[in-house]
Amino acid sequence: MQAFALLLDTLSTTPSRNAKLALLTEYFRTTPDPDRGFALAALTDGLFPRLPLRRSLAIQMEGRIDPVLYALSRDYVGDTAETVALMWPEPDVPPVTPGLAETVELLATAAPADVAETLGSLLDRLDARGRWALLKLIGGAPRVGVSARLAKTALAEMGGHPLAEIEEIWHALAPPYTDLFRWLSGQGPRPDAAGKPVFRPLMLSHAIEETDWPGFLPEDFAAEWKWDGIRVQIAAHGTHVRMFSRAGDDISRAFPEIVAAYEGLDVLADGELLVVRSGVVAPFNDLQQRLNRKAVTGRLMREHPAHIRLYDLLIDQNEDLRALSFRERRTRLEAWVAKHRPLLSDVSELVPFSSREDLDALWAETRSSGIEGLMLKRWDSPYLSGRPRGHWFKWKRAALTLDCVLMYAQRGSGKRSSYYSDYTFGVWREIAAGSKDGAPRGDILPGHELVPVGKAYSGMTDAELIEIDRFVRNHTVEQFGPVRAVEPKLVLEIAFDAIFPSARHKSGLAMRFPRIHRIRWDKPAAEADTLDAAQRLVEAAEGGAIAPL
Amino acid sequence: MRSAAVVQWLHPTDRGLYCAPADVYVDPARPVERAIVTHGHSDHARAGHGAVLATPETVEVMKLRLGADGAGRFEGAAYGEVRNLDGVTVRLVPAGHVLGSAQVVLEWRGQRAVVSGDYKRAADPTCVPFELVPCDVFVTEATFALPVFRHEPAEREVGRLLASLARNPERTHLVGAYGLGKAQRVMRLARDAGYDAPIYLHGALVEMTALYERLGIALGDVRPVPLDAKPADFAGALVLCPPSALGDRWSRRFADPVTAFASGWMRIRGRIRQAGVELPLVISDHADWPDLIATVMETGADDVWVTHGRDDALVYELARRGRKARALSLVGFEDEGE
Repeated sequence: MQAFALLLDTLSTTPSRNAKLALLTEYFRTTPDPDRGFALAALTDGLFPRLPLRRSLAIQMEGRIDPVLYALSRDYVGDTAETVALMWPEPDVPPVTPGLAETVELLATAAPADVAETLGSLLDRLDARGRWALLKLIGGAPRVGVSARLAKTALAEMGGHPLAEIEEIWHALAPPYTDLFRWLSGQGPRPDAAGKPVFRPLMLSHAIEETDWPGFLPEDFAAEWKWDGIRVQIAAHGTHVRMFSRAGDDISRAFPEIVAAYEGLDVLADGELLVVRSGVVAPFNDLQQRLNRKAVTGRLMREHPAHIRLYDLLIDQNEDLRALSFRERRTRLEAWVAKHRPLLSDVSELVPFSSREDLDALWAETRSSGIEGLMLKRWDSPYLSGRPRGHWFKWKRAALTLDCVLMYAQRGSGKRSSYYSDYTFGVWREIAAGSKDGAPRGDILPGHELVPVGKAYSGMTDAELIEIDRFVRNHTVEQFGPVRAVEPKLVLEIAFDAIFPSARHKSGLAMRFPRIHRIRWDKPAAEADTLDAAQRLVEAAEGGAIAPL
Repeated sequence: MRSAAVVQWLHPTDRGLYCAPADVYVDPARPVERAIVTHGHSDHARAGHGAVLATPETVEVMKLRLGADGAGRFEGAAYGEVRNLDGVTVRLVPAGHVLGSAQVVLEWRGQRAVVSGDYKRAADPTCVPFELVPCDVFVTEATFALPVFRHEPAEREVGRLLASLARNPERTHLVGAYGLGKAQRVMRLARDAGYDAPIYLHGALVEMTALYERLGIALGDVRPVPLDAKPADFAGALVLCPPSALGDRWSRRFADPVTAFASGWMRIRGRIRQAGVELPLVISDHADWPDLIATVMETGADDVWVTHGRDDALVYELARRGRKARALSLVGFEDEGE
């Protein structure tokens, strides 16, 4: 348990991806089975989905921790698990600390009535770091800046195999992953995924660049609309149906209606997960309401109905189609859908064109049609995992832009830790008549105040980063820890893909993919955009056209 | 109860704690005629007093920071030396906080009050250890007065720093440490652990470190970071700077440094994130929660006054243990620099 706790603790303060990978690889190499397997589970899919942590902890704190001191401490620390770990009474005699596997075993086999006591006695045997790690372990995702994908990348490095080979078999494996580690350390065969629906790493596209066009022959390519949902893979094998995200995460549980629609089929298909109401694709924000939900209510499913728009067919029963050309796979896909008619599904239509000019015209209309752009796929491409060059291109619609005023800047981390590199910016909002609050900046644009509309930390060059950093330091009005409030003087032209209503922000709006497009040193802050202008860019909820004024 | 009477001659004012019969303030927040200063940190040792009584080391620190005219007159009193101020017996005893730090022991008409200033019980090779003085009224700080604060042994934390240096021989290790006390303690502990390479200092730490050496705290090969420093010169070097310099442009002269912060606050993850450091070191010059409670109990004082910090938790806990405690809520003290 101590090695694992030290790993989590060190990861949580390590900013660089490479350093994290080195820590993980080292841990997996030097830690014996089954401990490393449980650690891997904790960092990827999580352990103990159903332990009643809060209730158990409350029971065990009684008699050990004074409630008044707990409340004062929790208030200061801001995190329950951390507070409990830090103030848990230290044992008088250094205890024998439990191993990770022993810890997992004790908790997994405890009868429901004994969970609280098991937890309490484990906490009694650990030091502060170990207690923190244990509570993070039980609480689900440990949030130490390591994605499941990064953990799998460390495995790939450890074994010297491509990441794809691990992702393909991942969902057929279970903690403590002994066979996987045996294979990675060269002492056994690659575990077999036979019979279970598994993930096959997706084929991804490149953004089309100017240099790609000269070699572009219209007859070599198919065009499709680029749908603005999330890319998924559906793996069905009898009653086993799973839906994977692009990163290989199993997201089936959040979409039971899709799982039901593919039950009884035997297929591996590639498509876009969307929210579709009466045939019209809803904006991405609607889909967002369905993601990362633990419980799916009937109401949520009715109001945000999920839909699969199919792009490709990879495996049909036992036949692997990935080596076939896109043209052949496309024919197979259409035939397969016509034959099996899966519910809540359709095929992404091909967009006819015969010249570059046709494409330009189609692309120019994507914004007003509420479509994210165009996809161009070589007719003769096999289905290749990863992001092979020259096969598939995405051509995103032109970005929207708004001139915003820099309001807050925050220091970055790692190599950017001495630079103010994360920016919060706002637009002008008219101060409601009779309102007394706000308006500290009403003197710049009379009758208006700034409200934040977004945050960005990319898009600028290194030279521009240095210039903005200097501006921030010279125009600070207030400092809260790593954050500085600045004089509302600098106008940033922000590019973003979409803007949508959001209750989380004071402005009532949130941007998708915002980045710094240009720094408008020349533009007075009073001439930046207004909230009204930003609201006009919100897409209508029912697909298509820009909202009327 | 004898202690109740102490209020007659020692009480909080808006300038600080005031001893009426001696007409003297302890660590006053604003200029006064006569002051006793517990130690040299800037929120305790302010400029502009008529006369200052402090340990000789604290007098040196104040002269360095405030200039020789930082007070009308400086008077040094060694630990244990007894003074009489208009009938009040005054004596300074070690507080174990930083070099020269003292508790002020005041006695009048058979009653004894101890104003402890900032203190710690953990060992520190750069200053004389805390001395316990039984008393009627004990005036304590409460900087880390929450049960979540239990400081690690400083030797172990410095051990982690040296282990990181060994593990990352190409990366500069930039340690943010408060300039009076913490920085020198970290250096001395590194030397005690066998680290004998040069240690580099940010300009703001140079003079105080030289003063420590003059006052007998040997710190080995210590050098200022040269103005024309190049990143390559500092591969694998240990560099100390004030905490504020970690996020400052100054730190950019080092390529991809491991940033560390030596502070009791590094026990809390939120504070680590806020500081944005890669290597948090829990090293504090203040008493942690168990030591605060133990010290108060050991003094036998049945009246405890809490000057600054997290007084609510400490007052509550002492009441649970049958001690009368109250918060003075004195203004002017900071805990952020720790």
